[in-house]
Amino acid sequence: MTTYDHNDDTQTTTDSTAAAISGEAVTMPMQLAPPSAGIDSAERQGNAVEPESLPKVFNLEELQVYYGSHHAVRDVSMAVCANQITAFIGPSGCGKTTVLRCFNRMNDLIAGARVEGLLAYHGVDLYSAEVNPVEVRRRIGMVFQKPNPFPKSIYENVAYGPRIAGIKKKSELDDIVERSLVQAALWEEVKNRLKASALGMSGGQQQRLCIARAVAVSPEVILMDEPCSALDPIATSRIEDLMLELKSEFTIVIVTHNMQQAARVSDVTAFYSTEVNPDGDLRTGLLVEMAPTVDIFSNPSDELTEQYISGRFG
Amino acid sequence: MLLVLALILVTMIRQAWPAWSELGASYFFGTEWIPSQGKYGILPLVYGTLVVSLIALVFAVPISIGISLFVTEVAPEWLRRPVVTTVDLLAAVPSVVFGLWAFYNLLPGFQAVFNNIASAVSSIPVLNVVFGPSTGSSFMSAGLILALMITPIITSVTREVFLTVPENDKSGALALGATRWEMIRGVVFPHSFGGMTGAVMLGLGRAMGETVAVALVIGAVPQISLNLFGVGETMPAQIFRQLSEAGSTLRSALIGLGVVLLVLTILVNISARRAVVAVDRRFKGAP
Ligand SMILES: Nc1ncnc2c1ncn2[C@@H]1O[C@H](COP(=O)(O)OP(=O)(O)OP(=O)(O)O)[C@@H](O)[C@H]1O
Ligand SMILES: [Mg+2]
Repeated sequence: MTTYDHNDDTQTTTDSTAAAISGEAVTMPMQLAPPSAGIDSAERQGNAVEPESLPKVFNLEELQVYYGSHHAVRDVSMAVCANQITAFIGPSGCGKTTVLRCFNRMNDLIAGARVEGLLAYHGVDLYSAEVNPVEVRRRIGMVFQKPNPFPKSIYENVAYGPRIAGIKKKSELDDIVERSLVQAALWEEVKNRLKASALGMSGGQQQRLCIARAVAVSPEVILMDEPCSALDPIATSRIEDLMLELKSEFTIVIVTHNMQQAARVSDVTAFYSTEVNPDGDLRTGLLVEMAPTVDIFSNPSDELTEQYISGRFG
Repeated sequence: MLLVLALILVTMIRQAWPAWSELGASYFFGTEWIPSQGKYGILPLVYGTLVVSLIALVFAVPISIGISLFVTEVAPEWLRRPVVTTVDLLAAVPSVVFGLWAFYNLLPGFQAVFNNIASAVSSIPVLNVVFGPSTGSSFMSAGLILALMITPIITSVTREVFLTVPENDKSGALALGATRWEMIRGVVFPHSFGGMTGAVMLGLGRAMGETVAVALVIGAVPQISLNLFGVGETMPAQIFRQLSEAGSTLRSALIGLGVVLLVLTILVNISARRAVVAVDRRFKGAP
């Protein structure tokens, strides 16, 4: 197994992960990191060890999410800190996407979805009546599982957000487009064909374009829902590098099924799982444990977590 | 399909030929259509057809798109079905029923409303010509009835088109802080432009060809008049009215009208297709 095996299927990662955990597990995330990722291990550890010193961007207390009568996620309490990458991991259907979509109120768009409990963004309850979801989404951007560039030119894709935010001047838009594409590590590849359709790009390029598009409205937070699951290993590793660069400016929350990816990029990992509902056959998701990534992968305090990351469950 | 179209064209042109060769340019460019005096200038009828169809589109297109957007993007789940069913039912009403109903029930009301508008704008130049006095039967009456008739068609096609807009694209726009309307303008419309044009063309074709309903409410006076509230006549309505008692020249002239109508419809369709390609390219970027 090479260090470049970024396959999303957790099964294929089982061997190395399990070995790492049963062995001298402390160094495991670094072993798994590809050399090209250029992660400064000291910095990663430093960040992960004392998250309390960082300002809290989100604070969740006893968050509940319902789809109609289905209690999909229960009792999520956690904090997301500024300029960190927080990873959500856990088996399918445990509510990672559901919780993530609460952060920018995207589940307002799902008929029947309902949120209870507290989800505070810089101390403001995002679900209070005065909060305008459109405003929320300008501050908290999102990158989707499947790259979804608009069927427009590359330029228009990036300029879309700034335009609806009211920026009209061509020169200003030009600057934003260039800056965003540079930030998304895409500028060199596309600077000569900004007018070409975004749909003609490769999947990896499309996903980086979607990141550029999100970055263009200068959000504070970027939410990513399995951003690499449709990409090949090389495209995946470019996006991972990109995330590590972006975190100096943005707070990132990423959902991933790829344990190695969580280990490589995240500072903090939240492990979700599901439990059988007493009243019905639908399962309810819950947050099992949240801790600095190094700790989660080296000595998870919960048995479920250990089983999951070692591939014996999920 | 093309073969059938060619066959129709060829046989009809052969039957129209006697009138065309006899009347020559005065047929295509004459401004008077008075068969009893042997005057067969088709321009008043072409004019009437185009004006009535345009009025129909002006009213029907925004209303149809509005209904479709409401049903696909705004309405709560429980309201969608009933609205769609109602609109579809409207499409099933035979045009002669629309015509009869309008003739007996709407024309008096139209006359009052039109005359009110006419007197309100009587001192404003241009408007006082376009919105002049009315007897009820008029270009506008025909256009409004046609609008009612083509709204269900345009609505159901645009609704289908809007349903094909990928959910991913819509979420993408909303996640960037677009309001629902900004999302519709930025994602739904560009994505649907071709389909929307197709829907409009379908409606326009129906409007240009509609016979009975128009014949009942337009007034049967072939004239090129700027007064939209005044009487007029369209090509299909005239064919319908005259054919049963037509002598040989008139019959040939009427068949010629049919050819002109068909060619006009084809031309409209071709130019619409051109427009779609051009606009798509502008919206979506070079391939
Ligand atoms: N739009 C929806 N309507 C109704 N129920 C939903 C909807 N989306 C998710 N759910 C339910 O909520 C629960 C959590 O789903 P969610 O998509 O958040 O899980 P996930 O952890 O993201 O899973 P995956 O890893 O497969 O993406 C599941 O039981 C799912 O069936
Ligand atoms: Mg998910």
